Amino acid sequence: MIDRGYMSRGFDNFDVRFIGLIFAILGIGVLSIYSVTHDQGVAFPFYAKQVVWILLGTVAFLVMWLSDYHRIARLAYPAYAIILILLTVVLFEGRSSRGAQRWIPMGPFAFQPSEFAKLVLILTLAHYYSQAPRVGWLQRVVLPGLLVLPGLLLILKQPDLGSGLSFLAIYAAMLLMVGMRSKAVGVILLFSLMLFPFAWELMWGSLHDYQRQRIMTFVDPVYDTGGKGYHALQSRIAIGAGELTGKGLYGGTQSQLKFLPEGHTDFVFSVFAEEWGFLGVLVLLLLFVGLIWLSLEVVARAKDQLGALLAVGILCMLCFCVVINIGMTAGMFPIVGIPLPLMSYGGSATIMTMASLGLLLNVKRRRLSFF
Amino acid sequence: MATAGLHDSELGELQRRLIILRVGLLLVVALLGLQLWNLQIREGPYYRDLSENNRTRSVIMEPARGLIYDRNGVLLANNVPSFTLYVSLEDVTDREGLIRQLTNLLGLDEALIRKKLTARGSKQLPRKVKDRLTLREATLIESHRLDLPGVMVQVESQRNYPGGTTASHLLGYVGEVSPEQLEKPEFSELHQGSVVGQYGVEKFFDRLMRGQAGQKSIEVDAIGHEKRTVVVEQPHAGDNLYLTIDVRLQKVAENLLGEESGAIVALDPRTGDVLAMASRPGFDPNVLSRELTPKQWAEIVQDERRPLNNRASQGQYPPGSVYKVMMAAAALETKTVTPSTSIFCNGGYQFGRRLYHDWKAGGHGSVDLRHALVQSCDVYFYTVGQRMGIETMASFAHQFGLGEETGIELPSERIGIVPSEAWKRKAKNEPWLPGETISASIGQGYVNVTPLQMASLIGTVANDGAMFRPRLVQAVMDRATGELQRRPAVLKRTLNLRPGILPVIKEALAGVVKEGTATKAQSALVTIAGKTGTAQMTALRTGPEKDIPKKFRDHAWFVAFAPVEAPTIAVAVLGEHMGHGGSASAPLAKELIETYVRLNLDAPSHVKDGAVVRVGDAGGQGTR
Repeated sequence: MIDRGYMSRGFDNFDVRFIGLIFAILGIGVLSIYSVTHDQGVAFPFYAKQVVWILLGTVAFLVMWLSDYHRIARLAYPAYAIILILLTVVLFEGRSSRGAQRWIPMGPFAFQPSEFAKLVLILTLAHYYSQAPRVGWLQRVVLPGLLVLPGLLLILKQPDLGSGLSFLAIYAAMLLMVGMRSKAVGVILLFSLMLFPFAWELMWGSLHDYQRQRIMTFVDPVYDTGGKGYHALQSRIAIGAGELTGKGLYGGTQSQLKFLPEGHTDFVFSVFAEEWGFLGVLVLLLLFVGLIWLSLEVVARAKDQLGALLAVGILCMLCFCVVINIGMTAGMFPIVGIPLPLMSYGGSATIMTMASLGLLLNVKRRRLSFF
Repeated sequence: MATAGLHDSELGELQRRLIILRVGLLLVVALLGLQLWNLQIREGPYYRDLSENNRTRSVIMEPARGLIYDRNGVLLANNVPSFTLYVSLEDVTDREGLIRQLTNLLGLDEALIRKKLTARGSKQLPRKVKDRLTLREATLIESHRLDLPGVMVQVESQRNYPGGTTASHLLGYVGEVSPEQLEKPEFSELHQGSVVGQYGVEKFFDRLMRGQAGQKSIEVDAIGHEKRTVVVEQPHAGDNLYLTIDVRLQKVAENLLGEESGAIVALDPRTGDVLAMASRPGFDPNVLSRELTPKQWAEIVQDERRPLNNRASQGQYPPGSVYKVMMAAAALETKTVTPSTSIFCNGGYQFGRRLYHDWKAGGHGSVDLRHALVQSCDVYFYTVGQRMGIETMASFAHQFGLGEETGIELPSERIGIVPSEAWKRKAKNEPWLPGETISASIGQGYVNVTPLQMASLIGTVANDGAMFRPRLVQAVMDRATGELQRRPAVLKRTLNLRPGILPVIKEALAGVVKEGTATKAQSALVTIAGKTGTAQMTALRTGPEKDIPKKFRDHAWFVAFAPVEAPTIAVAVLGEHMGHGGSASAPLAKELIETYVRLNLDAPSHVKDGAVVRVGDAGGQGTR
């Protein structure tokens, strides 16, 4: 099934395609950020900063790609401990914006631990499952669940609904791929259903007003254009107004005139869709599908369980973020604040995503480490 | 590597499960694609519209209203910059809060603001809430700008009348177009907040003066800041008007009336040019062009002295003895009398069981036509009227322009009443009584005329029977091209009288001033001819004039022309409740005519007159 001879040739055609797709998407992202923020009139505008993040991300990508992922995985638990500490620090010392405390200031920039927490969680879970055969309900579900829980709670406390959901998605995906007996799946489903009302109450009660409103307005964004549904509606207007061929670069009035908030971060897809239309959107979707498809190939060709789990975790995280982000900008899901991987502006997210993809590509590499 | 080997079977299982991810991924991407297809292709045009409306605000660019000058180029109405408060409804988030804040800041009536903001109309166009903000109010609003989303202060032009109350009825005033007006086709191109003429020349020539509004499209961002302005259509300024009046003469006419109620009209009989048209009490058009509160408005409308009534063209009064001018012409034309026919006046005229008095107790003795006019003998005209009959009188009255519009270029001109059998049947559904003919023959009873009609009548006599339509505007200047379009004098008709009749009457009217009832109109500067009239208000004549309460006193008429030899000015003076025409009104006419002579108004005016044109080829403007 796997041609090991082909695989051992190191830097190959597969890598070129994989890296090509990553930079194509990164390029589209910078272009869209540039389109929204080019007239900011500051010395160091967002698109320039994003280029710097991409350069740093490239370094992270190379490091993660060229190291031995087994050695990286061995650092998983300490790394997870550090992330938990950082997530605690952010609650007390963090910089807040719009009622959420997510950033640790670092000089002129701010560091967002919850972004890195996702990658560390993938490492931790993959390491946990591959260390020893995990058998039984307790070892397969409950113990890793207890690993996820502190991080999840700290993130929800910030609150960062998007990262929290990503956390859950990673856990669920890993669980699914590790494989549970059908009986276990049945029990979990039953328990989730029974617990759902309580969980809902708990969730709903712990949400900030703006989060509740976001979810509520998902139901009917046109109801109140000035208030709660504003984001959702403006985003849909932006995407819809793109029609088939788009309004062209800088032509996106929704974002250029700031009707669409967060055009360079969470809603960068709407900006792109408005300016490049349905055709541009199709191209972008194909790029993402291509990247994920190649990632699936990596999983399929993984030589050990650790590698496969790492790749699956990263792949699912990527997949989840892309689908939820595009879905929310297009009005299919509530607005939860998940950035579009490789496109949304953001240092932590860009570096983390690129590092993850480096690690993913690492799994495919033959076992000769430069580090 | 050691651990990995242990789970090879699990690895295999995991890799087999990838099919779930592959299928799931394709499914989800297909769903996303479908939703995007819906948004961008199926509903794309709808969202494209929404995005266009999102970014642009339409702003009306009000045109500059045409200016008004008098015949010498003196400015009578112009536009001055002023601050206007607008609210853009699209940007208002909390309407009630905004209403409260505006009430507090500007001390405006809360209900009034609410009415303006909730009135029907386009949501896209900003609503005008208050004009003529003071500098203080404008700064107050500007400094609270951030708390008042959607509120803007714009500099706009505001109508201004430098002369204050001068010529108020003639100029009229402007105001916002009313909702009822907006329904009408002639205002179809306007919008809420448009300013239109509501009275006087401003209203009559509104079409010419209002110009054409432009529109600009302002691209705004989400907080309402202007990004870019695109002028969609430039506004076109309205046309300027050059009136026929001389503002100096106008002021003199108004001062002559002073605090009294009444009207003075001065025409050039050769062209129909209105040289002055005063009506008192007047109003300040600057005030009325402003936004008035209902209370202020009620005060003006309910004022007993009715300042908004243009007495010159809308006041209807019995002409009294002035009617005798027309009666004399009718009697001669119908050969009811000759100039030398004598009628004996013993101070009364017996008809049936009723005695109709002459104003002079004891009578004038034997009088001919000239004497009858000079001394204003009632019995002579009772007799003549009785001989001619009401229908003949009515037909001559119509010929002299009574009972019909003079055609002056002012809105809502009244036509008065020329009584006849047909008129009475129609108006009162009663038969004509023979005694009423006798009252009518001295301009009493049902007869009603406006001062303007009287000025036109005496002017026509002065002009040997050529009746010109009173003209207020001698030229219109197109502001875009600078082209001056002269408006021709319009000959309404020539009286159908045999030659020689009018000279006899004119000579008699000169006699009225020289030796008759209007000796107070004698002037050292110029020869004046005229006719007095006293419109009886009531049959109660129980004592000396000064003992009668003012509101029951007679109206004092005097019509005149000068110079007698070649008349260039015709004047009608009406003083309400001022008593006798000879004593109250004649001196006013004299003053006015002397001013006219001193001002040398006979000289060619600023804008040269056009050719004389007959009705019908008069080029449309103002012909109704």
